[in-house]
Amino acid sequence: MPGIWVVGEIADGGLARISTEVATLARGLGETAGHDVSGIVVGAQPKKAADELARFLPRVVAVSEPATDGNAAATIVAERIAALARNSGPDYLLLGAGPEGRDTAGVLSAMLGWPVLANATGLGWRDDGPTVEMSVFGGKLNTTNAFTGGRGIITVRPNAAAAEPAASPGKVEEASPNGEPQLPRVTVVDSVAEPGAAAPIEEARVVVAGGRGVGGEDGFKVVQELAEALGGVVGATRAAVDAGWINYAHQIGQTGKIVKPQLYLALGISGAIQHKVGMQTAETIVAVNRDPDAPIAEFADLVVVGDLFEVAPAITAALRARSG
Amino acid sequence: MRIVVLMKPVPDTAAGGERLGPDMRLDRAAVPAVVNANDEYALEAALKLTEALGGEVTLLSMAPASAPDTMRKALAMGAHHGVLVTDPVLEGSDTVSTTRVLAAALKTLEYDLAFAGADTSDGGAGVVGPGVAALLGLPLLSYAAKIEPDEAAGRVRVRRLSPTGYDVLEAPMPALVVCTQALGEPRYPSLKGIMAARSKEIVTRSLSDVGVTPEEVGGAVAGTKVLEATSPPARAATEVVREPADVAAERVVAFLAARRII
Ligand SMILES: Cc1cc2nc3c(=O)[nH]c(=O)nc-3n(C[C@H](O)[C@H](O)[C@H](O)COP(=O)(O)OP(=O)(O)OC[C@H]3O[C@@H](n4cnc5c(N)ncnc54)[C@H](O)[C@@H]3O)c2cc1C
Repeated sequence: MPGIWVVGEIADGGLARISTEVATLARGLGETAGHDVSGIVVGAQPKKAADELARFLPRVVAVSEPATDGNAAATIVAERIAALARNSGPDYLLLGAGPEGRDTAGVLSAMLGWPVLANATGLGWRDDGPTVEMSVFGGKLNTTNAFTGGRGIITVRPNAAAAEPAASPGKVEEASPNGEPQLPRVTVVDSVAEPGAAAPIEEARVVVAGGRGVGGEDGFKVVQELAEALGGVVGATRAAVDAGWINYAHQIGQTGKIVKPQLYLALGISGAIQHKVGMQTAETIVAVNRDPDAPIAEFADLVVVGDLFEVAPAITAALRARSG
Repeated sequence: MRIVVLMKPVPDTAAGGERLGPDMRLDRAAVPAVVNANDEYALEAALKLTEALGGEVTLLSMAPASAPDTMRKALAMGAHHGVLVTDPVLEGSDTVSTTRVLAAALKTLEYDLAFAGADTSDGGAGVVGPGVAALLGLPLLSYAAKIEPDEAAGRVRVRRLSPTGYDVLEAPMPALVVCTQALGEPRYPSLKGIMAARSKEIVTRSLSDVGVTPEEVGGAVAGTKVLEATSPPARAATEVVREPADVAAERVVAFLAARRII
């Protein structure tokens, strides 16, 4: 099975959304390059995710690995894929650039000695190998990258492509590996759901974010209502997270998440460089700020100079009136 | 409790001058270096643990020979020792080389826990920590929001951030923990800390000291290259709205409708 492999990630028993995007990009790459593209899913119950991945790819291997049940999965998944890759010789492995994908890619790279091109925003093919588009230095520069040898691992950012199933679904084959994984296991003792933990902000089409100007936990209701009216999710700055007004899962920026929504609407956010690096590639940026000289005014498409507690509810009301 | 924190000097994003050199590699001389933010969170978590449980924190960096300036900042926060692996051959290393060298260096140290940042602000791949764990056969506990070692039991518990909250992970020590900002704000170095850092030792190790042959690592064998770099198209000029809230709101809605966002 040479060519390109997409590592399908399991989330909530099914296929993670990021994997549908990676698969769509990989299929396009395979068509350009004239290479086979296959999917691989490793898990205690891989079938459902594998079936979903087969909507995008001609061939998917579902590897059942009971060890991922009750243990952290990434290392085990990587070990299984590394063993298969050594035997079947794919040239390129593609994964999502989220926590699971990064962990898996890191272990795979170390085990196989293959290089990694990370956080792809697009893929191409040139001179017999893939090219990887990246946005670096906080969006200041776009680079095109390649592997120097014939093999490599690519992680792909969320929203790099819109997921599009193939014209006809592919086949799923089942495989059971031999022997036990060798790397040490990490037990999952408990899984805790937290209220307000995680709208998946990296995948959202619209992000409405609140900063220090929101003033408190209560202030985030204004942000939430506008987000709902726009069919979007709530983001935040580190200032708001550090103040304890909102969970870290919502933080955008250098040490938070990187988002590339169609619309990013900032409420009471100054636009500090460490925040900007997480959102400046949004297609449209709108800001509401009392201060016309806030740095965000330099890179937003539209700035409303005013008090967010007046402007945001007015926008929410106007949107509701519009949709009737 | 002995904790090793993997720490990378990175260009200061706040200085804003990052650029590629003529060789298409990050020009590390163009911008002042700082401690990578996620590594600062790792260090803060390590300091809190050793303050509570006793023990020492060692910084481990693979970096250019100028790195001690940056390592001093981390020593001023309270780390006890610094180990710097530096070698001209390592310039232009990719993540595979970095992972190998850090793993080899970590192997020469004694520790209960090794901490790495979730990613770096320059490379940003987030693969080095997991790779080091794999090479050394250490349990990997990633995306940590809380770290609770139990010395008597020789085990560590970590809250790993998940899409819906967190998972509680547990593994025997020694183990490698990948750290996030959710661990808590890093401290500022105190004046006393800054004074003390001046006399703390930073041990420099060459490649051969850590048992890596120069042929297997560095820029010459890097598996990735930059082909082209372009500036993204400039954003259109900002439209500024200064009307009262209800009028401003109508303008925002019209603007979003014109762009087919709503
Ligand atoms: C190593 C490091 C990493 C960092 N990582 C991140 C990161 O990942 N993400 C991040 O966001 N930050 C990060 N920061 C912090 C960053 O530097 C800024 O401090 C932070 O982004 C500021 O958040 P803010 O815009 O909410 O607050 P401020 O900068 O205080 O801005 C608040 C804004 O709200 C406006 N305002 C106030 N009241 C109102 C009102 N009623 N109506 C309208 N406007 C109002 C003000 O005019 C001001 O412009 C990091 C910093 C460091 C040093």
